[in-house]
Amino acid sequence: MNPTEIVKRLKDSFPEEILWYRCFRNECDVTVKKEKNREILLYLKNTPSLEFDYLIDLTAVDYLGFREPRFDVVYHLMSIKHRHRIRIKAEVPEQGCCISSVADIWKTADWFERECFDMFGIIFKGHPDLRRILLPEDWNGFPLRKDYPVHSDLGDKEWKTYRELKEAARGWKDNES
Amino acid sequence: MSGLIKIFDNHTEAVEVEKGVTVVPAANTIITTIDKIASWGRRSSLWPLTFGLACCAIEMMAAGASHYDLDRFGVIFRASPRQADVMIVAGTVSKKMAPVVVNLYHQMPEPRYVIAMGSCACSGGIFNTYSTVQGVDEILPVDVYIPGCPPRPEALIEGILNLQEKIKNESYYRERCLSGVCLIENSKFGAKDESHRNSEEIKR
Repeated sequence: MNPTEIVKRLKDSFPEEILWYRCFRNECDVTVKKEKNREILLYLKNTPSLEFDYLIDLTAVDYLGFREPRFDVVYHLMSIKHRHRIRIKAEVPEQGCCISSVADIWKTADWFERECFDMFGIIFKGHPDLRRILLPEDWNGFPLRKDYPVHSDLGDKEWKTYRELKEAARGWKDNES
Repeated sequence: MSGLIKIFDNHTEAVEVEKGVTVVPAANTIITTIDKIASWGRRSSLWPLTFGLACCAIEMMAAGASHYDLDRFGVIFRASPRQADVMIVAGTVSKKMAPVVVNLYHQMPEPRYVIAMGSCACSGGIFNTYSTVQGVDEILPVDVYIPGCPPRPEALIEGILNLQEKIKNESYYRERCLSGVCLIENSKFGAKDESHRNSEEIKR
């Protein structure tokens, strides 16, 4: 199915929840209200002629200093049966940084959402096991946020265990000279 | 028994074949210092820990394989830190990996050496980021630095030969503990670091 047709069907089914959409070179992205993300994604998955059975990617974008609300959660969907794709975005504000989990709709969302939580600190409500997936569990802060330090010197934000390792190394470094 | 031992050389005078090494051919004897013997043994069978972190490990594997053949230097990769003498830190060390690297280092028997292979292990390389250790010398005492991204097997071989040179001039008993026991005593990480796992708190 043509992406514009998918967008049209979405608009007919959810006239209130679709905020806007954009099509470029036969690729469409649809921005939806974050409160209704589950309903829309379930509709996309379960409607017979759409059948988006494959969640390619789930990630987020930080628009700090560009606009409010701050984050976009992005769902890249594909239907293996019909060979069509679409991108769904949901805006998430910094205050009350949360959105409903889709881990029960697509199994693969489980780890995607954990990564998204790890990097952006977006909380996915209803996720079965929302822990950090890449960084150590007691890490401070969320590295892919735009207000996180870019360089390696994290100062007092440094991970506790690594700071202890460096302090332990100071013992022999003094001996060495 | 003594009848079985034949003396092939009747040359009874001591010959100094190298500085500090004297051979008496007729007596079938070498006279030298314990430093020389110990460092000869150490440098002639440097067993590195099989331990790769990134693309440098591919070059390390290539150096170990038949084309470059590290075996001819007595360098045989060991899969256990208990049997290893030298740790080749081949690749980017992430901060999450740092306690594991230190733990492995402490599991190695003394005397032990560290080679930082590649620019990431030397200085963090291009990864000046939140998750990367800016040179493994921040947490471990490094003996030889090998630059390159990644270094070619020849460079790794030269690094190992340089380490052999370094060991050659070392005394048998090292007074200062460069990579020594004091590190274990001062550190909480002696082979039991699980501190990053025990934390129940997730900062939100």
